[in-house]
Amino acid sequence: MSYLEYTVKSVPTGLRKVLYVNWALVILLFTVCAVGFLMLYSVAGGSMEPWAEPQMERFAMGIVVMFAVAFTPIWFWRNMAGAAYLVGLALLVLVMLVGSVGMGAQRWINLGFMRLQPSEVMKIALVMMLAAYYDWLDPKKVSRPFWVLIPVVLIIVPTVLVLKQPDLGTAILLLLGGAVVMFCAGVSLWYFGGVAALGAGLVTLVMMSRGKSWQLLKDYQFKRIDIFLDPGSDPLGAGYHIMQAKIALGSGGWAGRGYLQGTQSRLNFLPEKQTDFIFTTLGEEFGFVGAISLLVLYVLIIAFCISAAMQTKDRFSALLILGVAATFFFYFAVNMAMVMGLAPVVGVPLPLVSYGGSAMLVLLGAFGLVQSAHIHKPRGR
Amino acid sequence: MRRSTQDSDTSARKVSRRALLLGGAQVAVVAGLGLRMRYMQIVESGKYRMLADENRINIRLIPPARGLIFDRNGILLAGNEQNYSVTIVREDAGDNVRKVLNRLKGLIPITDDDIESTIHEMKRRSPFVPITVADRLSWEDLSRVAVNGPALPGVSPSVGLSRHYPLDKDLAHVVGYVGPVSERDLARYADPDPVLQIPKFQIGKTGVELKLEDQLRGKAGTKQLEVNAVGRVMRELSRTPPTPGDNVQLTINAALQDFLHARLGNEAAASVVMDLSNGDLLAIGSSPSFDPNLFVRGISYKDYDRLLNNDHRPLVDKSVAGTYPPGSTFKIITGMAALEAGKLDPKEIIYCPGYVQLGNRRFHCWKHSGHGKVDLRKSLAQSCDVYYYEVSQRVGIDAISAMARKMGLGERHELPMSAIAAGLAPTKEWKRRVHKRDWLVGDTLNAAIGQGYVLASPLQLAVMAGRIATGRAIQPRLVRSINGVEQPVHPAPPMNFKPFAVDGVRGGLFAVVNGEHGTAHFARIETEGMTMAGKTGTSQVFSITAAERARGLIKNADLPWNRRDHGLFVAFAPFDNPRYALSVVIEHSGGSHPAAAIARDLMLQTLYGGLPPLSAYPAYQRNEIKAAQDALQLRDLAPAPTPARTRA
Repeated sequence: MSYLEYTVKSVPTGLRKVLYVNWALVILLFTVCAVGFLMLYSVAGGSMEPWAEPQMERFAMGIVVMFAVAFTPIWFWRNMAGAAYLVGLALLVLVMLVGSVGMGAQRWINLGFMRLQPSEVMKIALVMMLAAYYDWLDPKKVSRPFWVLIPVVLIIVPTVLVLKQPDLGTAILLLLGGAVVMFCAGVSLWYFGGVAALGAGLVTLVMMSRGKSWQLLKDYQFKRIDIFLDPGSDPLGAGYHIMQAKIALGSGGWAGRGYLQGTQSRLNFLPEKQTDFIFTTLGEEFGFVGAISLLVLYVLIIAFCISAAMQTKDRFSALLILGVAATFFFYFAVNMAMVMGLAPVVGVPLPLVSYGGSAMLVLLGAFGLVQSAHIHKPRGR
Repeated sequence: MRRSTQDSDTSARKVSRRALLLGGAQVAVVAGLGLRMRYMQIVESGKYRMLADENRINIRLIPPARGLIFDRNGILLAGNEQNYSVTIVREDAGDNVRKVLNRLKGLIPITDDDIESTIHEMKRRSPFVPITVADRLSWEDLSRVAVNGPALPGVSPSVGLSRHYPLDKDLAHVVGYVGPVSERDLARYADPDPVLQIPKFQIGKTGVELKLEDQLRGKAGTKQLEVNAVGRVMRELSRTPPTPGDNVQLTINAALQDFLHARLGNEAAASVVMDLSNGDLLAIGSSPSFDPNLFVRGISYKDYDRLLNNDHRPLVDKSVAGTYPPGSTFKIITGMAALEAGKLDPKEIIYCPGYVQLGNRRFHCWKHSGHGKVDLRKSLAQSCDVYYYEVSQRVGIDAISAMARKMGLGERHELPMSAIAAGLAPTKEWKRRVHKRDWLVGDTLNAAIGQGYVLASPLQLAVMAGRIATGRAIQPRLVRSINGVEQPVHPAPPMNFKPFAVDGVRGGLFAVVNGEHGTAHFARIETEGMTMAGKTGTSQVFSITAAERARGLIKNADLPWNRRDHGLFVAFAPFDNPRYALSVVIEHSGGSHPAAAIARDLMLQTLYGGLPPLSAYPAYQRNEIKAAQDALQLRDLAPAPTPARTRA
């Protein structure tokens, strides 16, 4: 069903839209952001500077963006999907040409008032593009090879551009986010199974070649893979940071060491404590109770999104919401797994909590899309 | 393109189904994350908490203040001096460290080399570590730095403790000195005290400082510091104060020791003064000496070379480590051995023609014309060699050496000093073992007059004098109390000599100084009740060759310094009630007179507790003595006001 098929009457207009906002989701998002402010204040040693205050400013900006997006009709966003995707691609190319180098990677463009990370924009633009694609495509054709190939190309192009920066974490999130939209759109499971099997086979082949005469990678490349998979094997390099992160989390115990009392973060044992590893400070200062609470907040956000997606009959809305929710899920799942030593350190921030303007703005904007879909969903009369 | 409602319903249902599938997978992942959190934060929490504490807590040692060393009257011999230094912290010094250091150069005595080495050191260390720019500054230097603080960012004055020896050369050999811990020092201990790892920590290197290291060192305190990931100290968590080392009081009388050194002057000499009531060593010195403070600061190659290559050997403690042929002072032993063995009567007359013929060898008396008829008293007073050639053959070397050991020669006296020599009281068995040759009668004759194999240190000679004076086995003592606890006086059991023997020898020693023809008659003491008895000795360094003898007697004064005879003197006083014994050995003095003169001055100084009146000296010597007394440069030594512990 397309939005053209239902009467405009069934869609709220003007100020009535405020009533149809999913307020529970808004409150959940704000709560998570507030946790972020609290932690940024703590890791700065009990100071608004240098992280908590700028983060709050971005948050204020993000709220405006979110509601502006939310009150704009969802069909407008569907029409904009292709443009958003192309702008995203253009920015990714631009950042390679003129971008600033930070942490050994070309990631952002300086806009004057903020530093924009095109890869963050792309995560949502890709989801929008795929959702619009499947909304346009006849559902009967979704599993035909040609129609499968098109979204695959749509995913691969930005992923490769991001990998070039290089930003492995974001590339993985793009790949997974795109795959989820394809999955939800109903692409045959055989494709997923095939890709998974192919990938596993390739990895196995490469790993088996080690030490053989037909070795596919150089020794130092294998060594790098070893350290990537098991940082403990490099205790003075990558292993040092992951070990310190685990110590911070573990030493929190049941109820934590108390707010502003975390020795690991206060004494600078933690790496990237305001960005990728901020969760360890939360775990250190608020313990298991605090850590599991944040996890529950995240889960609730996902649950609200999935429920909203299942309620709407608009194919674009549903796929968009699911894609945004999945991207959000991969954000925190990969980040937590990473700091708990379950996954290699790939550089994924904790959504809405880690310090970072682009991610904050883009995520709030993305939830604006979710709200827009929720507000403007066809309500049968 | 229009789709049927049915189509879109089917597709929406499919989306919902996939969404639920996705949700399920997500729940599984979240459950995994939650379980991991539970495992880390609850199950393994204790392990991680411990690791976190290990991360942040750093235990540092606080060095203890070293125990002080005092003389018997509470005069400080070794103390801890405030050591003023200036340090600089790179990160506080701003951009131009060199500029700050150059400004500092205008205020305190540092060289361009110091500046370069400071900058070099800085580059190797973390920016917050204080680097010492200059050490051992004066209070004035330090004040100048403090006043100019605002112009010197990152520079701060600091105070530490460093060993100091106020009497510098007077007790260099007794007290010794400290220095930074070396690998060899660490190797000495099976389980080294962690305090030794503190950079620049000072440990005893020689003398009392070395031997009483365990008592003097004290116990380190600790402070628990919280440090951050790069090692910067954030705060102090707790502190255990260090325990200062025990204070040590020596038996030494610093004023007498000072007099001893002043009197020995630049001679290569040693002297020991002992209190006979308890064996206390009142003074024990070796000259020339050196300033131990040089070693604490780190002696320069130039200074060290000068000490090492000096032919008067200032680094060697001649009082305990120097062994000399005792010469005629050994006649006390030979005489006692013969008398105790019943092989000699004090009144027996032995004729001295000036030599003894033994086979085809002739053993001369120092007086080639001979002493004529000699009894025990005369043999000692005039130091007749032939008399002792004769009696030594009656008793044999083994009995003589046994007596020597009984009198304290040929064995180590345990004192907390470095390199104490055992000397040598030779026996037949010893010569066979060491030299693989049989003992000859000629060897006995040489030994009888303290030449040949016999060797003794000034300390042993003083003990010998004390034992013959009292008839008791007096043992020397150097430490009077540790941490206020009196150290035991060694027992001095009577040696049960036959009265006629010991009286006979003592009478001879009386005559040496007081008899008209005594070899040290000039060195007598006139004061009543302070009469001194003693024995001169001269020991040959090189035997004069037959060719030289043929050319006639060579006077010592004509020989080069290092070939002249050593002069020795042992004494005790007062004769009737002996309280003090002493020994003086002067290397290459050419004869015993200088030693006897010093011995008398020392004895008088000891008896009077200060410079004696001129009336103590024979009238004809008084003008000369007066001039000598006036020329002496003595310290003004006042006892320390509070011989209490000092704290860091």
